[in-house]
Amino acid sequence: MSAALIELAGIERVFYLGDSEVHALRHLELRIDSGEYVAIMGPSGSGKSTLLNLLGLLDHPNTGTYHLEGRDVTTLSGNEQARVRSERIGFVFQSFHLVPRLTAAENIALPMTLAGIAPDERNRRVAHALKDYGLADRAGHRPDQLSGGQRQRVAIARATIMQPAMILADEPTGNLDRHTGEEVMRLLEELNARGVTLIVVTHDTTLGARAHRQLLMEDGELKHDSATPCAPVT
Amino acid sequence: MRTRDLIGFARRAATGNPLRTCLLILAMAIGVAAVVVLTALGDGARRYVIGEFSSLGTNLVIILPGRSQTGGFNPGNAITSTPRDLTIDDAQALLRGSAVHRVVPLAVGTSEISYGGKLREVMVAGTNAAYLEVRRLALAQGRFLADGDWRRGASEAVIGATIRDELFGVEPALGQLVRVGDRRFRVVGVMATSGQGLGMNTDELVIVPVSLAQAMFNSNTLFRIMVEAGSREAIELAKAQAIDIIKLRHEGEEDVTAITQDAVLATFDKLLGTLTLAVAGIAAISLAVAGILVMNVMLVSVTQRTAEIGLLKALGATGATIRNAFLTEAAMLSLAGALLGYLLGQGGAALIRQLYPTFPAYPPDWAVLAGLGTALLTGVLFGVQPARRAARLDPVLSLAKH
Repeated sequence: MSAALIELAGIERVFYLGDSEVHALRHLELRIDSGEYVAIMGPSGSGKSTLLNLLGLLDHPNTGTYHLEGRDVTTLSGNEQARVRSERIGFVFQSFHLVPRLTAAENIALPMTLAGIAPDERNRRVAHALKDYGLADRAGHRPDQLSGGQRQRVAIARATIMQPAMILADEPTGNLDRHTGEEVMRLLEELNARGVTLIVVTHDTTLGARAHRQLLMEDGELKHDSATPCAPVT
Repeated sequence: MRTRDLIGFARRAATGNPLRTCLLILAMAIGVAAVVVLTALGDGARRYVIGEFSSLGTNLVIILPGRSQTGGFNPGNAITSTPRDLTIDDAQALLRGSAVHRVVPLAVGTSEISYGGKLREVMVAGTNAAYLEVRRLALAQGRFLADGDWRRGASEAVIGATIRDELFGVEPALGQLVRVGDRRFRVVGVMATSGQGLGMNTDELVIVPVSLAQAMFNSNTLFRIMVEAGSREAIELAKAQAIDIIKLRHEGEEDVTAITQDAVLATFDKLLGTLTLAVAGIAAISLAVAGILVMNVMLVSVTQRTAEIGLLKALGATGATIRNAFLTEAAMLSLAGALLGYLLGQGGAALIRQLYPTFPAYPPDWAVLAGLGTALLTGVLFGVQPARRAARLDPVLSLAKH
């Protein structure tokens, strides 16, 4: 058994909308090991995106602890969390989130630029990534000159350029047709095969079924975890 | 983030929206250009006036009849407040002052000059031989008035360059007889063209011995007495001596005003310096407006780029990095605007100098530095709030925006 990458204990996340309280996440207990391929599924508003944001350190729980690689990251300062995001976490979004004025190569290099990595090293890694993702002839193109599949490949290249421990993908195929969606999933699964933990949020059940482990969210609670034979009774 | 990358990133962000960037730079440029041009005008006026006064000669004390300043109650004022006239005798008496080097009496009036059927109105200055040197004037032809008894004087005249051209054209003027008023004078000299001139322009002046001018105007008063002190340090002493001498001659009443050139210069210098400061202040308002524009544009930019800011945070950017990126952008826009404005302002000042060659419209260094500095400072100051807002954005909400 590999080491625990993620350990969530007693996580609660409450949003206040006017007078009403919305429990986006309720007493969540979760352990994800390094190298796993997990699909988080559930209807809209079930809390799966909140869970993903929490895992990506973009959001904070109201209570509970989050251990990433054995380290309690809930108590870290903003700058330390930014560093963890930079070095350990790669994001892939449904709407790609490429910077429109930057070229494909510059978008891929962006996390390294933010981390202050030297230009030589950046160029070397970007050239490598462009080749790996079949984008070598698209390096100088801006996002609006790329197809949807190419854009998501750029986004995946960007998410992996810092060699993170895990990739968080929020509906990565949501804006793509079936064929390119398939292609993108294959890329992500190849990364997982090389040892990167892959966590995908989706409401597509066929896509979810490809993962080795499925988590089903409903009303902010973990309804079903395919890794544990019995679903927790509520 | 490396500084070079930060600058590159800010540059790309600025050029990503060319219209917005151009308008902002233009607004900043107009502000700086206004400071440069207006201070060039103000300081040019100051230099012009000072240059004019300096051309009057140095170490001068000018005595004018009448008291322009009140000195509290004086019993003499109760009896008479009519000042006595200044006379040639007064002027000659001033030569007794130990600090007095030269004395120039000056009687001024208008008359007509005619030669060969041509007639024009001229200003006539009655003075003595020392006038030429005290006023630092130059002759083009002939000689100046002969030195001699101030109360006599030969019927000789020195004419200005314009009058020479108008009356004589290409003919030689020297030695010719001209009629001024009801008298005939022999032209013995022609003044060099002086170009600009404050008050009396020697180009259109006829200079005759002071006694003849007084006879011509049927009066025995003087318009001014110019006293030249022996040195710069002696100016105050010469002034005091001149006042004492006149006072003695006027039954103990101090009914003249003595102005030193330094005092006049200092007054004008202060006055026009303040004026320059005032116009610089007014121009600086446009810089403040440009600063507010920077703030507005940067706030809009933060709103437009909310999703991008969320992304940058997800990719590991700290709040400080994002703040610096926006601040750098604001500073770059301000700097570009300031430089463009500087060039525009210098161009404007050069154009003014081209159009009015005698007007020294050079912006003072302090104004240029202050203009550039204020532009940068307002740009950065007004950029702080938008940059902080960007740095504080919640990444989850930001990413949800499209």
